[in-house]
Amino acid sequence: MKIWVYIDHFKADAVSASWEAIGAAKALGGDVAAVVLGFGVENLANSAFEYGADEVLLGQDAALEDFRVENYATALSALASDATPDLLLFPTTSRGRELAGMVAMDLESGVLVDVVAMEMDGDKVLATRPIYAGKLLQKTVCNATPQIVTLRGRAFEKPEAESGRSGTLTQVQVTSGDEKSTVEGYAEAGGGVSLTDASVIVSGGRGTSNNPNLTAPDGMSEDEAEIWRAQQGFALIAELAETLGAAVGASRAAVDANYIPYANQVGQTGKVVSPDLYIANGISGAIQHLAGMRNSKVIVAINKDADAPIFKFARYGVVGDLHEIVPALNEAMKARLG
Amino acid sequence: MKIVVCIKEVPDSAATLVAEDGQASWGDAPLVINPWDEYAVEAALNQEGDVIALSIGGEDSKIALKHALAMGCKEAIQVSDDALSNMDTQATAKVLSAAIQKIGDVDMAFFGRQAIDGDAGLTPAQTARVLGWSALTLAVSIAVDGDTVKVERSIEEGRETVSAKLPAVFSLVKDYGEPRYPSFMGIRKASRAKIPAWDLAELGIEAPATTVEVVGIENPPKRDVRVEMIDGGSPAEIAEKLAERIMAEKIL
Repeated sequence: MKIWVYIDHFKADAVSASWEAIGAAKALGGDVAAVVLGFGVENLANSAFEYGADEVLLGQDAALEDFRVENYATALSALASDATPDLLLFPTTSRGRELAGMVAMDLESGVLVDVVAMEMDGDKVLATRPIYAGKLLQKTVCNATPQIVTLRGRAFEKPEAESGRSGTLTQVQVTSGDEKSTVEGYAEAGGGVSLTDASVIVSGGRGTSNNPNLTAPDGMSEDEAEIWRAQQGFALIAELAETLGAAVGASRAAVDANYIPYANQVGQTGKVVSPDLYIANGISGAIQHLAGMRNSKVIVAINKDADAPIFKFARYGVVGDLHEIVPALNEAMKARLG
Repeated sequence: MKIVVCIKEVPDSAATLVAEDGQASWGDAPLVINPWDEYAVEAALNQEGDVIALSIGGEDSKIALKHALAMGCKEAIQVSDDALSNMDTQATAKVLSAAIQKIGDVDMAFFGRQAIDGDAGLTPAQTARVLGWSALTLAVSIAVDGDTVKVERSIEEGRETVSAKLPAVFSLVKDYGEPRYPSFMGIRKASRAKIPAWDLAELGIEAPATTVEVVGIENPPKRDVRVEMIDGGSPAEIAEKLAERIMAEKIL
């Protein structure tokens, strides 16, 4: 079986799930070629070899310096219709998802999207993907060639990079077609660990605003005071997150109450995450939120309400005030992690 | 200029889903307009021009269409045909494209970022591909100036600004801003609205082939967790015990 793995990158920085996809491809068995498209991305070819690719198809063109999905799709579809791989794998990023979708239209195939497990059933990939934000699992196959699959980040193990490993580097001509749109600029997110890549997440909910020992500054309306109190709560959460090298998450309730931006929302209409450790603070555990984090390996719940549904999903629970427990936990973890 | 917003109905996000005989079942939970589609309707209504809500499906699709009418869309169109069952996103994109072309003179087509049932998030980009339009997905803000548009997009690494010529396909994220509530007058108008149904013959296409086959739907494996409650003593003592447990998991 001839498998191509698309290496997704932002400004020549590869998304880690691209390397996970190489590992997943090798586990299926077959010849694994990594496809690297862009401009000034030779470094990614070397990394692809180190993560296990046997071959790298490197297509560089100034028109591909910025990722515009139309151009990348035209280039990739042309390569794939010439070389006829059996299977195309992509990481499920915003770029990988839409690129896979467009290539599927060009090649009259279909996409199995955001897959968390794969096995071979004859010459078909039988894929498992969460639907309804993970409330159910769907088993699905693609009855066309090439089969196209996008893989959820952190669902497949990232291979160990083997320093100095190499393989066959093939430079390919790329045709990017008409430019329908232009990237004018980027505003990169400031610091912090991204939720979807995070191996540890510390989250806050409505409970962040319930510190009885805080008095909001004079002159604030009731709503402003509530948001101000919640921000003090989230500051405690951010300190613990920093100690643990974690990303900061939030429940929909906290986002809807304007405690924290939407980018931090975990749940069915936010981000679906599966870190190794998820610490939920002042989050009751609405089904909406649980759907987004229930696949975390170890869940710790801290909540004042002993009946909160989150405790049914947690490995460790503390019935208590997050404003007392979180700073204490931060000190205790600092002492251990140095 | 005409504006189309493509929407669908889904089980409410608070619904408990179970697999029954290989099918998804949501009990007596209500069907509602896909929550992401409300942002798409909001963005469509903020443009200059008449907004037409479009949905594929049977009787239930009218739930989404009536909501869109109640929010202020001028017209609603349902595409309904017995040949359109179990469509994958590729087939959906082809049918929506045919309907958008039949409507004619459309400059902007809006979508939610994904539907909360299948969670695929493919249809906006795939519809753009079929139409040959730019895919301006995951939009946070949209500014139209004549026949060009500037869109700020939300990507993993932050924000990206893209400019393009119309026509184009847009999908919206939550940062766009809260969708409006249906007005009282809107709800009355929607309840009386006659929604035309187009079949494939009217679109002038055959039922597109579906390449993605669903083999089965399963309940996720039960999480084998017993919660261990950590209690006793001061916050510092509880934190010490909890820290010990976390370290013992060997994940840090």
